[in-house]
Amino acid sequence: MKLSREEVLHIARLARVGLAESEITRLSEQLSNILENFEVLQQVDTTGVPPTAQAVALQSVMREDEVVPSFPADDILANAPRREGDCFRVRAVLE
Amino acid sequence: MTNIQVTINEASRLLREKQVSSIELTESYLERIRQVDSRVHALVTITDELAMEQARKADELIAVGDAGPLTGVPIVIKDNMCTRGIRTTCSSKMLQNFMPPYDAAVVEKVKAHNMVMVGKSNMDEFAMGSSTENSALFVTCNPWDLSRVPGGSSGGSAVAVAAGETVCALGSDTGGSIRQPSGFCSVVGMKPTYGRVSRYGLVAFASSLDQIGPLTQDVTDCALLLNVIAGADSRDSTSVPEPVPDYTRCLKADLKGLRLGVPREYFVEGMQAEVAEVMEAAIKELEELGAEVDREVSLPHTPYALAVYYILAPSEASANLARYDGVKYGFSYEADSMWEALEKTRENGFGPEVKRRIMLGTYALSAGYYDAWYLKAQKVRTLIIREFNEAFKKYDALITPTSPTVPFKIGEKTDDPFQMYLSDVCTLPINIGGVPAMSIPAGFTDGLPIGMQIIGKPFDEETILHVAYAYEQATEWHKRKVEV
Repeated sequence: MKLSREEVLHIARLARVGLAESEITRLSEQLSNILENFEVLQQVDTTGVPPTAQAVALQSVMREDEVVPSFPADDILANAPRREGDCFRVRAVLE
Repeated sequence: MTNIQVTINEASRLLREKQVSSIELTESYLERIRQVDSRVHALVTITDELAMEQARKADELIAVGDAGPLTGVPIVIKDNMCTRGIRTTCSSKMLQNFMPPYDAAVVEKVKAHNMVMVGKSNMDEFAMGSSTENSALFVTCNPWDLSRVPGGSSGGSAVAVAAGETVCALGSDTGGSIRQPSGFCSVVGMKPTYGRVSRYGLVAFASSLDQIGPLTQDVTDCALLLNVIAGADSRDSTSVPEPVPDYTRCLKADLKGLRLGVPREYFVEGMQAEVAEVMEAAIKELEELGAEVDREVSLPHTPYALAVYYILAPSEASANLARYDGVKYGFSYEADSMWEALEKTRENGFGPEVKRRIMLGTYALSAGYYDAWYLKAQKVRTLIIREFNEAFKKYDALITPTSPTVPFKIGEKTDDPFQMYLSDVCTLPINIGGVPAMSIPAGFTDGLPIGMQIIGKPFDEETILHVAYAYEQATEWHKRKVEV
């Protein structure tokens, strides 16, 4: 299991994480080493075994659809790096 | 001024008998923080003003006879639990200036019980790590040997309790993050059953594994603090509406009639001989207390837990951490284009381990690899859960070491992520199974602590508290305090 430079860049793009040049090399080595150690997983016979997403037996918890007060806009926007009125200011998506 | 050093139980009695006021108690702990935190670096924020305000209120309640068992008692909260108006950093550059607009459910409860919050504790960034060295702010030191790690990710909480900076603390545990530092610092730490405690307001790492729990000086305090935080919450739909007992009622000093199992797979290759010796002595003690111990238990899928965990937890993390986009809150990189700003925000806001896990998780979830890694890990998770279920038909609780080694040196494992991951090998299977477990002090070697892990059935925290309490009554390890 060896992760190439191209694969590292592909994953970084999917995750939208920028990487410095030194990080690309280091991650390629480290992720390859980690995944190599995890290949033991493929030895386990899981024929007919369902996957588990979480360990609690609860299913689709429902509640009444009641109107409750939300947080004041100012409280939520207080942490915004860029704000315009009662909105988060974002950069143009389409250029 | 000599520091007052008390357990929750002792503080409660002194406060009620008016031998000490909450203001005096709080001032004493804040003074202790000023004395020792420059050496151990456990706290990210010291909330002294809030603490004094809460202490004044607690004293008023005590004066009119309206105090509960935890009123006026100092507590430290891990810095990944939201505290309204108090910086909650997750020890990350990404959230270094984040001011939560609300309190986490557990913080609401701590406040409702009129406890006194003295600080927020350091952690591995976003709770990803086993040594607190991944904090983007500073490294926390183990008070038993300042050149060693305190464990992680709740290293700051464990150190704050061990070094006497607080009476008790809250931590969070995704793969061992309460228990492993508890073992490394010789305090009592519990990860309750998944769903026992509301995760509302806990900054998400791996949502199917994360759980909040207490770190305390003894087992009675663990029960008292669990009484405060346990219970369902409509804002966390994975919290389970099981009745919450009074956890102090199960604390009995003998173990007659209890069946305990010792799963051999937890005594891993590479385990330090001293850890095995301490465990042998502890198991003998449990037998003397009347427990019937089976040392030949086998949970054969345990060795796969490491791979399962380090596929599932990073996968969930990669999705959870997608929210850090520099738009709504947190670090934001200035750039002209949206994509550049997003990628640079995440490049500069996240530290190396967080990036590594986002990359690992994104890989495991990506097209072409999902079945081989993520889905496979979820299936093996099912097998691990089944094994726990089978074991608990025969045993009331399982006994293992908390960690295969004593605390390691600062810097010893930072260059090799896989070696670091191995230090969680005894604690991760428990989160995968969703079962409760706690670590209690079980001995020392060369002055370094060793913890014993007690694992229980889902929603049966009472039995593990019972086993822990009986062992604690028969031993003196929890009374050994560290000089800082």
